[in-house]
Amino acid sequence: MKVILPFFLVIAIVFFIYGGIKFYDAHIILGIIIPYVCFAVAIVGFVARVIKWAISPVPFNITTVCGQQKSLPFIRHSFIESPASRTGVFIRMLFETLFFRSLSRNDRAELYGNERRLIYGRDRYLWLASILFHWSLLIIVLRHLRFFLEPVPHWILFLQDLDSLFQSHLTPFYISNVLISMGILYLFFRRFKKRNYYISLPSDYFILFLIGGIIISGILLRHIYRADLYSVKVFLYGLIYLNPVPFGGFGVMFYIHFCLICILLAYLPYSKLMHMAGVFLSPTRNIRNDSRARRHINPWNYPVKVHSYEEWEKEFKDALKEAGIPQEGGNG
Amino acid sequence: MIKILISLILFLMVVFLPVGYNVYTGKTAYIPVLQPPEQRGECVENVMFMRKKHSLLLEKWRDAYVRDGIKRYVSINGIYKISLTGTCLECHSNKTQFCDRCHDYLGVKPRCWSCHNIPEKVAKK
Ligand code: HEC
Ligand code: HEC
Ligand code: HEC
Ligand code: HEM
Ligand code: HEM
Repeated sequence: MKVILPFFLVIAIVFFIYGGIKFYDAHIILGIIIPYVCFAVAIVGFVARVIKWAISPVPFNITTVCGQQKSLPFIRHSFIESPASRTGVFIRMLFETLFFRSLSRNDRAELYGNERRLIYGRDRYLWLASILFHWSLLIIVLRHLRFFLEPVPHWILFLQDLDSLFQSHLTPFYISNVLISMGILYLFFRRFKKRNYYISLPSDYFILFLIGGIIISGILLRHIYRADLYSVKVFLYGLIYLNPVPFGGFGVMFYIHFCLICILLAYLPYSKLMHMAGVFLSPTRNIRNDSRARRHINPWNYPVKVHSYEEWEKEFKDALKEAGIPQEGGNG
Repeated sequence: MIKILISLILFLMVVFLPVGYNVYTGKTAYIPVLQPPEQRGECVENVMFMRKKHSLLLEKWRDAYVRDGIKRYVSINGIYKISLTGTCLECHSNKTQFCDRCHDYLGVKPRCWSCHNIPEKVAKK
């Protein structure tokens, strides 16, 4: 049920776009209003979400580490795994965002053998699939910039050449397309393992179907239901420079691709895809592990009214003296 | 807090970078004008088909010519000699204002011309 529902939601969206273009010529709604609205929702939502995170207090130093903390000089500490300096945190973040370092330590627990012993083992497939998915996504998005930049910079041409290294056809397929498909298929099917199935929510599947739909429509757009790229670029320039022209010449597949992306954008700030900002803002990652050297001030702290022993002693000085009880400050 | 806001602004700047790039290069309203051929006659297939699928057509031509030895291509517009230089550039003799201009606009770099000839009169234009 939780798989079927989001699946049909995405299918319904696709049919909606298809019907809108085929039967109602809704170019103005699908080609102009939806992109603007979705983009505005995305930007506003993104900013609001990040600001909400920014003003959330971090009461404790909750950095999670897996290395020796910096302490005495003769104990070697782990510079990246348990960073005590800003440079260390920076390097850790860099590895985390570029190479998903902590995900590569992913473990799997299993009841093994007849005696059903609990054992742990490395499980790097998730890391591999995630890396394939995200890096391909980055390359695809960068290559798409050719529709947004004029003149097209040379590095995009270089990226294109690299990506179409197997010059298979006159419209060569891109290596990144194959890799991203493999990546997302793993990310999808891993959710059907019993262990993962019960922690998966409809929203998890929805995102995967949505991105899957974008990838499938993109590949179809390139190789089968070809778009008229010349008009696509003209159309996009119209949108960017607020001079939109409704245009019908691209065919339905382009609208499916385009509107699915708009929906993804609009949904982005309210979904778990905000991990792209969240990874930088997670206190388990971006705080130095120096709680022994430097006090982490809880922002909730207010000046507590304390009554110290010295003050207490001073207050009852005479009574203490009378009773012959020794005093810290001397019996004088 | 300040650092986060600065990062957020930097992020937004990256998102809007393409907008600024085109303003910087002064091409915000650039639409390449494709010079139609001077010669009369219709293109090999209809114009919309050519625009979307001429690379597929050329591939078909190449395979037909090189592998199967077919020298003629029949379409609804007539019979054409299969030749990249001899047919396409015969009509589209303004290659730089036509093929190249559109290819540059969309970041396409066909690698045909290292072997295939660009006739003198075409190259000069
Ligand atoms: C008999 C002359 C002739 C030949 C041969 C010819 N074309 Fe054309 N082509 C034309 C004409 C005329 C047009 C329409 C131009 C217009 O309307 O702007 C055209 C249009 C095109 C377009 C679409 C331009 C646009 O405005 O989108 C492409 C792409 C194209 N031709 C490529 C080719 C290729 C590739 C070949 C070789 C396989 C070729 N042509 C052979 C005459 C020819
Ligand atoms: C309206 C724009 C336009 C015009 C005009 C045009 N092309 Fe293209 N051409 C493209 C686009 C876009 C691609 C890339 C997409 C594809 O493979 O179909 C392309 C791809 C190609 C390719 C395949 C390149 C590759 O590496 O995949 C060849 C060859 C080619 N064009 C030849 C020509 C020739 C020859 C002419 C002139 C007679 C011409 N084109 C005119 C837009 C155009
Ligand atoms: C490595 C060199 C080389 C490259 C690069 C090359 N070709 Fe060719 N092509 C040839 C040769 C050799 C023939 C055969 C010529 C003959 O037999 O007369 C040929 C023949 C053809 C033919 C049929 C005959 C003719 O005269 O045009 C077409 C069409 C063709 N090529 C298209 C292309 C296209 C499109 C590209 C670019 C994507 C391309 N070729 C790139 C070498 C090349
Ligand atoms: C700085 C940028 C990003 C980083 C560091 C990052 C990191 C990660 C990591 C580590 C995972 C694996 C999570 C897990 O299942 O354990 C993941 C999953 C995922 N990410 Fe990203 N990500 C980034 C940006 C993006 C963007 C921009 C998108 C899409 C628009 C995206 C889409 C996804 C999807 C779809 C998954 C799979 C979720 C699932 O399995 O259901 N990510 N990301
Ligand atoms: C407004 C934004 C976008 C527009 C206008 C757009 C348009 C297009 C067009 C016209 C093509 C065909 C390219 C060709 O024929 O060479 C294409 C292909 C593709 N698109 Fe998009 N797209 C956009 C965003 C995205 C995003 C965000 C993704 C990823 C999630 C994506 C994934 C793909 C894929 C995988 C292909 C297949 C070919 C390739 O990799 O270039 N697109 N897109």
